[in-house]
Amino acid sequence: MASMETATLEIDATGLHYRQLNTQLREAVNRDGIPSIAIHNVYGQRYLGTDLHQPVEIHIHGTPGNDLGSFMDGPRIVVHGNAQDGCGNTMNEGEVIIHGRAGDVTGHSMRGGKIWVRDDVGYRVGIHMKAYQDKRPIIIIGGTAQHFLGEYMAGGVLMVLGLSLRPGEHHTASYIGTGMHGGTMYIRGELADHQLGKGVGRVPLDEADEHLIADLVHRYAAHFDRDAAEILDGSFIKLVPLSLRPYGRLYAY
Amino acid sequence: MIDITRLENPYGDDKVFDACGIFGMMDTTGTRFSGHDVVTGLVNQTERGNGLGSGYAIYGCYPEHADCYAFHVMFTNPGNRPQVEARLKSEFVLVHAEEVPHHPTPELHDAPLIWRYFLRVDEQHPMVALLGELEYVVSRVMEINIAGMGAYIYSSGKNMGSFKGVGFPQQIADYFGVADYEGYIWTAHNRFPTNTPGWWGGAHPFGLLDWTVVHNGEISSYGANRRFLEMQGYHCTMTTDTEVMAYAADFLMRRHALPIELALKVLAPPLWDDIERMAPEEQALMRTVRQIYGGLLMNGPFTIILAHAGEMIGLTDRLRLRPIVAATSGSRLFVSSEEASIRLVQQDLDRVWSPVGGEPVIGRLGQPLSAVPAPPVARQQQPLPVGQL
Repeated sequence: MASMETATLEIDATGLHYRQLNTQLREAVNRDGIPSIAIHNVYGQRYLGTDLHQPVEIHIHGTPGNDLGSFMDGPRIVVHGNAQDGCGNTMNEGEVIIHGRAGDVTGHSMRGGKIWVRDDVGYRVGIHMKAYQDKRPIIIIGGTAQHFLGEYMAGGVLMVLGLSLRPGEHHTASYIGTGMHGGTMYIRGELADHQLGKGVGRVPLDEADEHLIADLVHRYAAHFDRDAAEILDGSFIKLVPLSLRPYGRLYAY
Repeated sequence: MIDITRLENPYGDDKVFDACGIFGMMDTTGTRFSGHDVVTGLVNQTERGNGLGSGYAIYGCYPEHADCYAFHVMFTNPGNRPQVEARLKSEFVLVHAEEVPHHPTPELHDAPLIWRYFLRVDEQHPMVALLGELEYVVSRVMEINIAGMGAYIYSSGKNMGSFKGVGFPQQIADYFGVADYEGYIWTAHNRFPTNTPGWWGGAHPFGLLDWTVVHNGEISSYGANRRFLEMQGYHCTMTTDTEVMAYAADFLMRRHALPIELALKVLAPPLWDDIERMAPEEQALMRTVRQIYGGLLMNGPFTIILAHAGEMIGLTDRLRLRPIVAATSGSRLFVSSEEASIRLVQQDLDRVWSPVGGEPVIGRLGQPLSAVPAPPVARQQQPLPVGQL
């Protein structure tokens, strides 16, 4: 098996149904322990990265389908293209690095690991992501986000860098953090109060925040070949929930 | 007990993850193209449907009868065809009639008899003089559909046609041979019926005159919308919520002659909070629209592709509870539920974006696509070419 550790398994996904492709991945990773895989010609195959239990790095060339890395527990996935909806759904551990944009509900119910998106994201990103003990999911978005960012967010870190905005342009997302009751958002750039959901407040950055931001920005810059110092030159807004039970009065009786 | 789950589904993933899938392509120069790429794009989303409906609308497919209304009529009671034809002959000038060509496919069940009739309106007909030509055609369509003859006119525009039925996208494409037709706008649908039966008439597209709609989602306001439309003389006969969208388009844009941008604000109006932040004039307009046409507000999650002669429009509900991706390549506009379908048929894209909820993407014949507004969030750097690390 020693020779296997340096070789990259190349898979041509042309015409493969997601079940066939995921079966190949499971055999290569779980049975054969192949640590490096490149998949070419990916057009919409779903659930890539799910149910893999050995350390592996997978490079995806093309457009992976919905629920990329859903329930993923450890692998590192690099997408050379855009991701569709639901990337990182209920992901537990590992990393997804997207050299492009990602669709709606990226990081849906995420429990751990990191998602790095070079460009913009769609609606409801980070919806109901959560944290527990040492599990702390992190989503870093290089561009900007559409509405309902961090909806029902219960834990973890969501960071938006706004690098796709031109000078003078602002984030257009509204209903940011609607129903948020845990976790932290860091938004680089400006936000008007009406863009925030009810129950979300701005608080000053403390030293721990500054360290975390600097660390994540440096890693983002390394992934996507950007200038970290230039990004850190911008100002960051920290958003946290004002209540741990925003709907307590609505549903309790 | 023997666990048969693994026998029936060795992948162990038998939870149903379906949703409808839609795909649309337009060449804004009016150049007609075959359905090959459209079928490829829709079939790539086969996962989104469950085989209970698929269909294609094609604009520019009947150039030899371009000045005739092309009625596609589905007969659930084939014995009534002579009676329906006699009626059509008495109400229109029949130019040509034939069964819609199809290829028998063993996997498809309960395929109804489908004929197409190319019809002209007799301008001297007293009813035409009274109602106007288009209203006359609409009223004939509605009356035949509710006549209890088991005959449903589901496509009634000029130089366009819908081809639909109960099956997966590839099966319906093969059944009608849609890839052999040519059109400059194609919209396509892959169905996962949620609240209503999967029957041939209930497959998408739905249409009236040359307006058609394909839809992913559900219209929770169907009851209110249907009541509003029935008071205006429309009859819902296809037992599927999407039908009201086609009639609403006809009502707003033909009968009330609203500009398309305003009509779309009726279907997906801005939220009251957003209206309050608008400039006074725009605020007054939006409040008026919401008050007058409140009965046509389409509530619930939807992404639709509307089309009529010369225009293709992608639109989602205000909260974008269903996915939409738009893209341009030269003179071609794409609207799809999934980006992969677009990239599969067109590698070199100029722009790819997801319009925000309630903001339409409109492709117009003769209008360059660079004029289609895309919000800041649309811009993206080009992904690396396939294969480059």
